[in-house]
Amino acid sequence: MFKAKVLVKRRPSILDPQGKAIEIGANHLGLTNVKNTRIGKFIEFDVDVKDKSKAEKEVNLYCNKLLSNPIMEDYEFTLEEVK
Amino acid sequence: MNELKFGVVVFPGSNCDHDAYYALNKLLGFKVHFLWHKENDLKESDVIILPGGFSYGDYLRTGAIARFSPIMKSVIEFANKGGTVIGICNGFQILLEAGLLPGVLLRNISLNFVCKDVYLSVENTDSNFTRGIEDKNVLKIPIAHGEGNYFADDYTLNELKDNNQIVFKYSSDKGKVSEKHNPNGSVENIAGIINKNGNVLGMMPHPERCCDPVLKNTDGQLIFNAIANNIFN
Repeated sequence: MFKAKVLVKRRPSILDPQGKAIEIGANHLGLTNVKNTRIGKFIEFDVDVKDKSKAEKEVNLYCNKLLSNPIMEDYEFTLEEVK
Repeated sequence: MNELKFGVVVFPGSNCDHDAYYALNKLLGFKVHFLWHKENDLKESDVIILPGGFSYGDYLRTGAIARFSPIMKSVIEFANKGGTVIGICNGFQILLEAGLLPGVLLRNISLNFVCKDVYLSVENTDSNFTRGIEDKNVLKIPIAHGEGNYFADDYTLNELKDNNQIVFKYSSDKGKVSEKHNPNGSVENIAGIINKNGNVLGMMPHPERCCDPVLKNTDGQLIFNAIANNIFN
């Protein structure tokens, strides 16, 4: 079994209103050096297969079809074997 | 009594600010100022209302960004000096993020946005927000929220009870508090609390939405009139 940790981020050219709004809060907090705040999504789950390449295939399918929209988002992931 | 001045804070994404203005000014005859979130002047308000809505799009967490708005610095100072502050719905969420009230509001346990009239048992009839409404110890007030599931750890809960800070609980129309009448999963059916000093109230239900007699329910007026009667006496 593998533990998958997926990070989904908006592509750099896509506006991130949430990140912008949060940065206003950061500035009010006095953090004026904070720039380019962007919000992503962290998703973790287990893939119950023995073979790592099969796990990778499933994670890619999950990411491409459901967890992200490739038109506006990039994703990356790690896989770690768990007993 | 109508000399009482209310200040209604307007955050980007507030959507009950005008309801509050209408209820307090047009129906109840109080002086009301809007207070823009970028300002820091409370315009000599006696009571500050943090209205419902979705301030800053509810980004990150409800109330998390609004809590750092310039106006909130003044509101926190005002509250710490004993000034009367009411947070309704999103306003309650902001008060929790600001640390003016303890606990947190989680996603409704049903995962649904719940919009309906609920009954509230008035648990503390000796607060500035409820004193004088004893003869009506169950109020009918609408809720409209996705994140109203109040949670606090046992230590905080005990403190709330010891100091009589729980003001409203979700109940039946007869005032019976049970899980059946809990619309969102709140611990112990909590719908509204005050701080230790009793000058800050946070509540999920919307009293400003039940003040107009044309709606056949004016229970919200009881709370605003109680404030007017109590803070000048």
